[in-house]
Amino acid sequence: MRIKIPNLYFFMLVLLAVLTACSKKDSDDGITVVRIGSVSPLTGAQTHIGKDNENGARLAVDEINAQGLTLGGKPVQLELLSEDDAADPKTATLVAQKLVDNSVVAVVGHLNSGTSIPASKIYSDNGVPQVSPSATAVKYTAQGYKTAFRVMANDAQQGAVLGQYAVTKLNAKRVALIDDRSAYGQGLADEVEKAVIAAGGQIVDRQYTSDKATDFAAILTAIKGKSPDLVFYGGMDPQAGPMARQMKSLGLNAQLLGADGMQNINFLKLAGIDAENAIASSPGLTLDVMPGGITFKQNFNARYGDIEVYAPYAYDAVQVIVAAMKRADSFEPAKILAELPKTDYAGVTGQIKFDAKGDILNGAVTLYQVKNGAWVALETIK
Amino acid sequence: MDIFTQQIINGLVLGSIYALVALGYTMVYGILELINFAHGEVTMMGAMVALAVMGAILGVAPNMPGILVVVSGALLAIPACMLLGFAIERVAYRPLRHAPRLAPLITAIGVSIILQNVAMLVWGRQYIPFPEILPKSTFTVFGAHITGLQIFIIVLSALVMSGLWWLVQRTRLGRAMRACAQSREVASLMGVNVNKVISLTFVIGSALAAIAGLMVSAYYGLAHYYMGFMLGLKAFSAAVLGGIGNIAGAMLGGLLLGVIEALGAGYIGDITGGFLGSHYQDVFAFFVLIAVLVFRPSGLLGERVATRA
Repeated sequence: MRIKIPNLYFFMLVLLAVLTACSKKDSDDGITVVRIGSVSPLTGAQTHIGKDNENGARLAVDEINAQGLTLGGKPVQLELLSEDDAADPKTATLVAQKLVDNSVVAVVGHLNSGTSIPASKIYSDNGVPQVSPSATAVKYTAQGYKTAFRVMANDAQQGAVLGQYAVTKLNAKRVALIDDRSAYGQGLADEVEKAVIAAGGQIVDRQYTSDKATDFAAILTAIKGKSPDLVFYGGMDPQAGPMARQMKSLGLNAQLLGADGMQNINFLKLAGIDAENAIASSPGLTLDVMPGGITFKQNFNARYGDIEVYAPYAYDAVQVIVAAMKRADSFEPAKILAELPKTDYAGVTGQIKFDAKGDILNGAVTLYQVKNGAWVALETIK
Repeated sequence: MDIFTQQIINGLVLGSIYALVALGYTMVYGILELINFAHGEVTMMGAMVALAVMGAILGVAPNMPGILVVVSGALLAIPACMLLGFAIERVAYRPLRHAPRLAPLITAIGVSIILQNVAMLVWGRQYIPFPEILPKSTFTVFGAHITGLQIFIIVLSALVMSGLWWLVQRTRLGRAMRACAQSREVASLMGVNVNKVISLTFVIGSALAAIAGLMVSAYYGLAHYYMGFMLGLKAFSAAVLGGIGNIAGAMLGGLLLGVIEALGAGYIGDITGGFLGSHYQDVFAFFVLIAVLVFRPSGLLGERVATRA
């Protein structure tokens, strides 16, 4: 087991050469390259949603580059550094550090609340603005970091709407909750629980699963024993799909209610005919009533195929960052950061303004129901 | 009471699948004392190939009876996995037969990562839905719901496992396998072609994995390039629980782990008054595993070395 030393040195030299080549900031033709980071899970169970976010961000970057961007009188080329956090909080911090070390000026991400929260400390310590397209846990912007922003309504807004809707509109008196123990699912279920109780409903059971599980027979059976009118699931579509199927095969005839993690095409595919009548919310407006929704859909479909869920938000996150760059006429993180709170941007997903914490103002929440195998918008609540 | 019956049924269905996959781990361990970590990925490949075949058939003949489509999927997935199992052994394990024990363990993990990535490249990162072609019939037994598919999974697993038992105990090949398990050197001196027996062990284990993979994807309605990882880990634990290397142990371990998980998830919250929730179901299952191993370090049925195969 002898390691050939000269080979090792050679390898390290090559590595060093590659690394220095990568960190060159000015390209040869005098155009300054400015890096924006994008982080989402590109491996593991949520890869499809992660890739969707990356594609949304990439579309924005490419469109801006095609139009041409000039900052401080110099032409600037944007580069998207896309990193994989595998939806894992530990990896998220490593990747965040890597992006900071690669001197990105801002970060779009992360996708999950569970990864955005630990990473936000690193961005805050290094003064790098972070705009998450899809992290909705309340905690993300409640930590007091000046660098954390999001372009989507948070779980307090969404959960309050869901819990109240369940009791007042769906007449559910007995509600059972399931969450996937992620910062997103747990936070959302907590908010729904509060809203249900406030609206006069009763929580009859609360069960837990994980964001890697596919078997819910045991917890659904336990829930069935409490005979609920409605089951709320806080989590993503890979779990919600099989869960809908297993509810039917166990003869659990309660209304299934979910949130944005489940309101997508993939849930319909995975649950099949058992998806029928399920209700889920999604922050923001539907794509067809978004101000720029139709154009975005055409451009996106032409390049990447179907939109999973958050791509328009990732697109807007990039646009908001670049708009701040333009106002500051600089790509220095500190100057972008100074401009971000003043954002008033007409995005694809709607008018984007931030409150003092970095949450979006007047975030709308739309409720959808599955009818004949497709999501149909029920109503939008502000 | 109907809730309890339901939990037992849930557990038995889950357990039958664990048992089928656990058999693949235990057969290989019995002969080579190698933990074939790529086995979970072979299960995933079985599901993926079957779904691809079924998709192709449904594209050509959408009105074909669903059961026929699934059977043709299985008939292609099983040989594909057998070939894969054979190739894995030939490429990743045979050249390392006399290497230190850690080396084949590392190649096993390597093969597992390669297979995951190959599947990701071929079939994409999406969850692949299982086509809705199987009849959905539900029966009520003692107040518990059981679907036709669940009955089919339990019955088919039982049949396949009895077939394997017969093969190992009653045929020449089985005797050769048991001989190799006791001592490869002595078996080869007695005229047993050890390489052939080992290859066949991998081939048989992979066939079981293909069946398990197809059953998992039919039951949960999806397949994904990552699905083999957790399933493999659970099945491996089941094999250890039953006594790794012991075929009856793998079956018992699989069924037990399934039932323990179901009961754990269903009752742990009520028993502890909400102090521990159902997210402790894996903790509960692994706690039982540790408790068994403390008192019976070689697993529940792990001591009768002579019956390993």
